Amino acid sequence: MTKNEIYERLTVVFRDVFDDETLEINDTTTAEDIEEWDSIEHITLISAVENEFKVRFKMGEVSGMKNVGEMVKIIEERG
Amino acid sequence: MKELMYPFDNGLLIKTKKKLKRALLSDGSVRIKKKIAVLGGSTTSDIIAMLEVFLLEQGIEPEFYESEYAQYWQDAVFSNVELDEFKPDVIFIHTTSRNISEKVNPTLDKEDCKEILEKEFLRFKTMWDKLDERFGCPVIQNNFELPAYRLMGNREAYDSRGMVNFITKLNVKFYDYAESRENFYINDINYISACYGLDKWTSLQHWYMYKYAMTLEAVPEFAFNLSNIIKSIFGKNKKAIALDLDNTLWGGVVGDDGVDGIEIGEETPDGQAYREFQSYIKEFKNIGVMLTVCSKNDEENAVAGLNHPDCILKPDDFTVIKANWENKDRNIENTASEMSIFSDAFVFLDDNPAERAIVSSQIGGIAVPEMEGVENYIKTVDRNGFFEVTGFSADDLKRNEMYMANAKRLQAQNSFENYEEYLLSLEMNAEIGDFKPMYLARITQLTNKSNQFNLTTKRYTQTEMEQTFNDENCIRLCGRLEDKFGDNGIVSVVVGRVSEEIVDIELWLMSCRVLKRDMELAMLDRLCEEAVKKGAKKLRGYYYKTAKNKMVSSLYETFGFTLVETKDEDTVWELSLEGYVNKNKVINVTY
Repeated sequence: MTKNEIYERLTVVFRDVFDDETLEINDTTTAEDIEEWDSIEHITLISAVENEFKVRFKMGEVSGMKNVGEMVKIIEERG
Repeated sequence: MKELMYPFDNGLLIKTKKKLKRALLSDGSVRIKKKIAVLGGSTTSDIIAMLEVFLLEQGIEPEFYESEYAQYWQDAVFSNVELDEFKPDVIFIHTTSRNISEKVNPTLDKEDCKEILEKEFLRFKTMWDKLDERFGCPVIQNNFELPAYRLMGNREAYDSRGMVNFITKLNVKFYDYAESRENFYINDINYISACYGLDKWTSLQHWYMYKYAMTLEAVPEFAFNLSNIIKSIFGKNKKAIALDLDNTLWGGVVGDDGVDGIEIGEETPDGQAYREFQSYIKEFKNIGVMLTVCSKNDEENAVAGLNHPDCILKPDDFTVIKANWENKDRNIENTASEMSIFSDAFVFLDDNPAERAIVSSQIGGIAVPEMEGVENYIKTVDRNGFFEVTGFSADDLKRNEMYMANAKRLQAQNSFENYEEYLLSLEMNAEIGDFKPMYLARITQLTNKSNQFNLTTKRYTQTEMEQTFNDENCIRLCGRLEDKFGDNGIVSVVVGRVSEEIVDIELWLMSCRVLKRDMELAMLDRLCEEAVKKGAKKLRGYYYKTAKNKMVSSLYETFGFTLVETKDEDTVWELSLEGYVNKNKVINVTY
């Protein structure tokens, strides 16, 4: 899976979870950039991403992810 | 919405719940509003979000109170202004095995274990009693799922010192309590977690990271199961099943293959599956669900098929049989009107996706599960919880008989010249009097289920009904009607509140199965009689318009009341009691 393909699918997941069809994401996107992205939605997001790419994040990874770029990196390695 | 019917895609529901909520809220359907207090022993945010979506689908618009993290016990036992002001219609206590505070272990003796069990149970009972005293509303309590590990292995199950044994016993104590109460319900997560798979259910990662007592992916199953209890409490259960025949109740097409050619019975795997499905469907009669046939067939062939010696369902098991070449949505509408219920109270079971698509697009609110593969039929129907039983009244059990009797009455009606003569021929006897404790469950159920012949559509919880029952300023009448074809049970309820010589009629409802029998006149006569006894001079009636009660918009007018107020489409009516003459001439009334 190329990085572009990952971003294509990941954008759809983000749009679904935050119910915003115009949402755009990139490597530096963080929770600060998306108003609805609070600790509760974070749980939904992680679960939806895991489901989409059929990967499981480890506990340390979930708390350690600083931005979308790091999330994509893990998916690239494991997906 | 197809997405919200079992079997559903958990991942998709979790991801798109916001979108689903938005779609449901803008679909223009009418919903009842209910306040739900969620007292959690672990994180509840996604549970609430998911529960909301399922309830919206089931015709309920919820408003939530959510306790602070793990504050369920404090919220229940101690005063809490926010919760007091919220005034919940129903309280859900979300505790799991994570919330068991007293535990057993192998160093204890049997007596210790017994004591610990009592102590733990008492902790919960204290909370329930307190909630009952403070709010008096229905309470839904989770039982406990089995633990994720077994220290002593299999011995955990039968040794009092094992946690598997302890949890099992604690669950039984919960059930005993639930069975002895009218409005206390168990959300059976022990069953649901077993269906889901305990290992998958008990995701430790979700506990450590988010304090979820179960994996997030199981939340839709959990919330759906819970929503079924809630919708049932508030009268949103389905009432009847419309069944296709060919490839639904038996394999093959009876019109083409002949009665001998259809697949049913013990000889083949498919035959066995159809037979077991039939016996499952037949059992629904025991909980008051009505069965009907909706099949594209010549009636002769349909009946011949049902009379196949290996069929468990026989023609007599069905309230109505529609076997013809009319469109199925038309047939269901006709069946519904013959039975005096709404078509959205039906579950339509058909193996043919095209028929399912037509019916679900033409009849709003009807449930049309995906019936794919006869070996999956039972599970598909069962898990959807269309007929979740929360209250059990004697009338539920007799409903099928009553509708059969109705069909006979309809036949009799055709042989009479005028209608009054027909009514007299029914030899009707009504017992109309104050509520009796044994009728309260049925009366409460009626207030939550009756939509059409219902002037104010006032809904009562069991507790509110008990309060009404003990209120000295109320005139309460419940009417039971029987005739030569059978007993209809409690069919009409009226509640009036007396103040300063006026009786305000807060509730007037009647079951549609006794429409046009003059039962409403008999009720009015008795109401006037009781009102005069209380020293009243006037009756005041209210009609609150809903989407479903148009049939009674001019009821008070036909009774001879005078219109005194109109607000939008709601109206207020008055009747002077002076010189009132009894109106019922066809029913023999006893007290």
